[in-house]
Amino acid sequence: MSVDLQTVKRVARLARIAVSEADAERMTGELNAILGFVEQLNEVDVSGVEPMTSVTPMEMKKRPDVVTDGSKAADIVANAPATEENFFLVPKVVE
Amino acid sequence: MSDLTHLTISQARAKLRAREITATEITEAYLQAIERANPALNAYVVITDDKARDMARASDAKLAKGEGGSLEGIPLGIKDLFGTEGIHTQACSHVLDGFKPHYESTVTANLWADGAVMLGKLNMDEFAMGSSNESSYYGPVVNPWRRSRVDTMVMPTTHQGDGGFVSAGGTRTARTLDNAQLVPGGSSGGSASAVSAFLCAGATATDTGGSIRQPAAFTGTVGIKPTYGRCSRWGIVAFASSLDQAGPIARDVRDAAILLKSMASVDPKDTTSVDRPVPDYEAAIGKPIKGMKVGIPKEYRVDGMPDEIEALWQKGIAWLKDAGAEIVDISLPHTRYALPAYYIVAPAEASSNLARYDGVRYGLRVPGKDIVDMYEKTRAAGFGREVKRRIMIGTYVLSAGYYDAYYLQAQKVRNLIKRDFENAFTAGVDVILTPATPSAAFGIADEDMAADPVKMYLNDIFTVTVNMAGLPGIAVPAGLDAKGLPLGLQLIGRPFDEETLFQTAHVIEQAAGTFQPEKWW
Repeated sequence: MSVDLQTVKRVARLARIAVSEADAERMTGELNAILGFVEQLNEVDVSGVEPMTSVTPMEMKKRPDVVTDGSKAADIVANAPATEENFFLVPKVVE
Repeated sequence: MSDLTHLTISQARAKLRAREITATEITEAYLQAIERANPALNAYVVITDDKARDMARASDAKLAKGEGGSLEGIPLGIKDLFGTEGIHTQACSHVLDGFKPHYESTVTANLWADGAVMLGKLNMDEFAMGSSNESSYYGPVVNPWRRSRVDTMVMPTTHQGDGGFVSAGGTRTARTLDNAQLVPGGSSGGSASAVSAFLCAGATATDTGGSIRQPAAFTGTVGIKPTYGRCSRWGIVAFASSLDQAGPIARDVRDAAILLKSMASVDPKDTTSVDRPVPDYEAAIGKPIKGMKVGIPKEYRVDGMPDEIEALWQKGIAWLKDAGAEIVDISLPHTRYALPAYYIVAPAEASSNLARYDGVRYGLRVPGKDIVDMYEKTRAAGFGREVKRRIMIGTYVLSAGYYDAYYLQAQKVRNLIKRDFENAFTAGVDVILTPATPSAAFGIADEDMAADPVKMYLNDIFTVTVNMAGLPGIAVPAGLDAKGLPLGLQLIGRPFDEETLFQTAHVIEQAAGTFQPEKWW
């Protein structure tokens, strides 16, 4: 499978990465090189094979559904580029 | 003072406990060495000198009372992927600009609890994506190793040399270091370079496809990626969650064992952390390997592999045989599919993990006309080329209609790769010996690699299988190539059998010796 320029632009949009026309053209070549490389996986017969989920069989860990952490809003917003009263500030999203 | 930086962790530990040296002295020695060397090597992105001095003082107070943990007063470097409270943690990416977490990763918290001293944060490929440390926002790391040329001069009889040296004829050889700068490998290039150049006693690193073992092999150091689930991933910036594992890079096998013992733990904060006690890895060192079955997988003999790598592998086989191991040929038929499967699984998981960098909660924000424009501009400015490439691949293979064809197929192939190893271990093989990398360190800004991303990816051809199967793997230096560059061998073990890796790697180390770069920086 290979991608064309339009597909690259669509994927960039899905990934929320702004790309220039020149970026998209360069990426098309690079992505096709990688997709060409991974294509060989199609020759592997995987019938009856389960997808891998863990290295050694283990049961999923569960913990009691209790509050063990919290009351640190100031810590959580401390690294944000824009905040007000422990809220994250973003550009207006509703008119 | 500078000699203190040449002590191994086990030597420094003995001297610190015997109060022959202090943690402050050894820490100062490292800080001085870093100050002198870092402009040339770029191994550290942040030097935490005040914190290092405070921690060293606290260690000295404990040591004076005859107290202290297993790493009390030992100065370490920390890969920038580990969250360190109040200290620069950016995965060497621009997108995490200014990020200082309010928490400490479990692995580093374990090290500090055992008394280790933090010297600073180490350079790496951006988000651990790379095999050369050239994708770092902070610029490439330089390998302390350089190629050298051996000149053989024929000496005339009764020649009066400059030093008043008189020769009776014959030949004399001289090694001349080449000026070309080489990569230390990646993604843990800063860790490997710093350990090799004596800028820390040991370092933390992480390995998703070979990021501990390939740089260790390129710098003549020892690096172990433990079994998936052995070290907690909590507080480590995520790249590909089903593959990422932390481990140490150290100057010898014993030091790697000491560090892993401290880094590994059972952590309720990481649900993939495996509930098994951490053994005393150091106790495995020195145990005889007589009767051990060592598997040699024929699929690791790849086209275009230099003769020197093959010769090194044969040397490794001979050393283990001499030590009483039984050598058996094995087949791991799905080996060649590991790298292509990796380049689906890793980017897919990365595209999901890196979705969080949106300019809202931390790091860089580039303003836009609306929120989507802000996201897109922030991510365009914040991520480097390699990271964008992988996010794009990951987004594509996970996009509607392609999930089964790519990701599911790759996860099934992954199970076949794992089964290959299981079959070998079930047949009685205790450990598998392979080369660590298909070449020695290459030059910074290598044109072939820059032109074709897949060429760079091939660096991980021998290491990536181990991540795909979740197994432990260790890279141990085994010799120098004709140009004087270090080459490494890799040992692969059963799940959670790191002890056999340390035991066997030590046999190789005893036979091969340890390797130090000639100082030019």
